[in-house]
Amino acid sequence: MYSFQYRKAKSLAEAGEVLAKDDEAKPLSGGMTLIPTLKQRLAQPTQLVDIAGLPELAGIDNKNGVLTIGAATRHADVAGSKVVQDAIPALACLAAGIGDPQVRNRGTLGGSVANNDPAADYPAAVLALNAKVVTNKREIAAADFFQGMFTTALEPGELIVKIAFPLPKAAAYCKFPHPASGYAMAGVFIAQTGDGVRVAVTGAGASGVFRWTEAEQALARGISAEAIEKLTLAADDINEDIHGTREYRAQLVKVMATRAAAALSGKK
Amino acid sequence: MAKITLTVNGEKRSAEVEDRTLLANFLRDELKLTGTHVGCDTSQCGACTVHVDGRAVKSCTMLAAQAEGCEVVTIEGLAKNGKLHPAQAAFTECHALQCGFCTPGMIMTTAALIKQHPQPTDEQIVHGLEGNLCRCTGYLNIVKAVKHAAELQKAK
Ligand SMILES: Cc1cc2nc3c(=O)[nH]c(=O)nc-3n(C[C@H](O)[C@H](O)[C@H](O)COP(=O)(O)OP(=O)(O)OC[C@H]3O[C@@H](n4cnc5c(N)ncnc54)[C@H](O)[C@@H]3O)c2cc1C
Ligand code: FES
Ligand code: FES
Repeated sequence: MYSFQYRKAKSLAEAGEVLAKDDEAKPLSGGMTLIPTLKQRLAQPTQLVDIAGLPELAGIDNKNGVLTIGAATRHADVAGSKVVQDAIPALACLAAGIGDPQVRNRGTLGGSVANNDPAADYPAAVLALNAKVVTNKREIAAADFFQGMFTTALEPGELIVKIAFPLPKAAAYCKFPHPASGYAMAGVFIAQTGDGVRVAVTGAGASGVFRWTEAEQALARGISAEAIEKLTLAADDINEDIHGTREYRAQLVKVMATRAAAALSGKK
Repeated sequence: MAKITLTVNGEKRSAEVEDRTLLANFLRDELKLTGTHVGCDTSQCGACTVHVDGRAVKSCTMLAAQAEGCEVVTIEGLAKNGKLHPAQAAFTECHALQCGFCTPGMIMTTAALIKQHPQPTDEQIVHGLEGNLCRCTGYLNIVKAVKHAAELQKAK
């Protein structure tokens, strides 16, 4: 690791100020992505501003049809929260499947969404549920937030404070985890919302999380595994790497979508 | 430099460390608690697992400064009054190790797991050990040891 200055923020305002003044400073939340990156010397920040303990970034609540989760909420706490389990069980289940217990004991919702790893789980839920990303400056709709692999609408010094998930009628998430890391080779989140069925795919897109519109149209006529089985996802915009070809991943997306649809239709 | 104060195995420790010091290095190099192992540089193997405020975490992926004010327990702090922790006893009795390199991390994860699930199912054990890699045993005896640890804990 290159050397840097560690600083524990006392308030959200202070963290925002420090980050706004120093382009090379970075917020540190759970550190489960940032610290491995630093260990590999892939980044050289001047300062790490620890925001994990900020009260402004804590808390889970379900009010007026919206589930709001603070950015510093750890994956294990989302998974174990009775409030989340009751409001959006698919989200609790998604959190319980991230990485491994030690990763879930430190990694946070805000860190995962800010990082926008193309194989991360949360982005699929944020996009499918049409959630709002609330920052220290504004509210950003999911559709505008994710802007390609590891790229988001966040400006320098802008911090995710919380994420607001409108409650769906029902939702399901299925992923094919990479056997070593747990990251999604393909993950599909299906949400039945007031605005129709939304299908978001992570792990597979060449430019990160995306909505599979053909699947949404097919499921709009009724949720069933058969509706997905008839579709073919074009492999052109699918990611290819050492873990799998684009054709293989496109097929995995279809299988995961079929399973999620089956889970949803079984529940109805 | 960061001035830190934390509790390690029940004892208050203060030190001045470089800001970039990892908790694993602090435990091993400063406190000479070398039971915490470092088996990878990708945050995947779990050999470095310790408890911070009661939760299993990878000490190679946490700064010592982030542990300011926390309660840290390492493998050296698990036995009480000369008596092995149920997880330690079970790993010994079930011969759940070969080279032993992964063992401190496996035991720390097991101790947290049986606290959370006093009667873990096979599924919970396998899922619960996903953050710990063993290159020797093939995991069979490790899974047995976790079950046995839960039984010993209950009998306690
Ligand atoms: C072994 C291993 C397995 C994993 N498996 C999975 C998996 O299966 N699925 C998955 O989705 N993820 C996985 N992860 C990643 C994990 O979920 C991380 O916790 C997550 O990606 C980052 O969250 P964090 O809180 O640790 O963020 P950090 O590492 O602290 O930060 C990540 C980035 O986001 C920025 N940031 C952090 N918080 C904020 C904020 N509030 N506002 C703005 N920017 C912010 C940081 O500056 C940094 O650039 C894995 C990680 C490891 C080490
Ligand atoms: S040394 Fe910490 S996970 Fe491998
Ligand atoms: S006993 Fe050798 S790595 Fe597990």
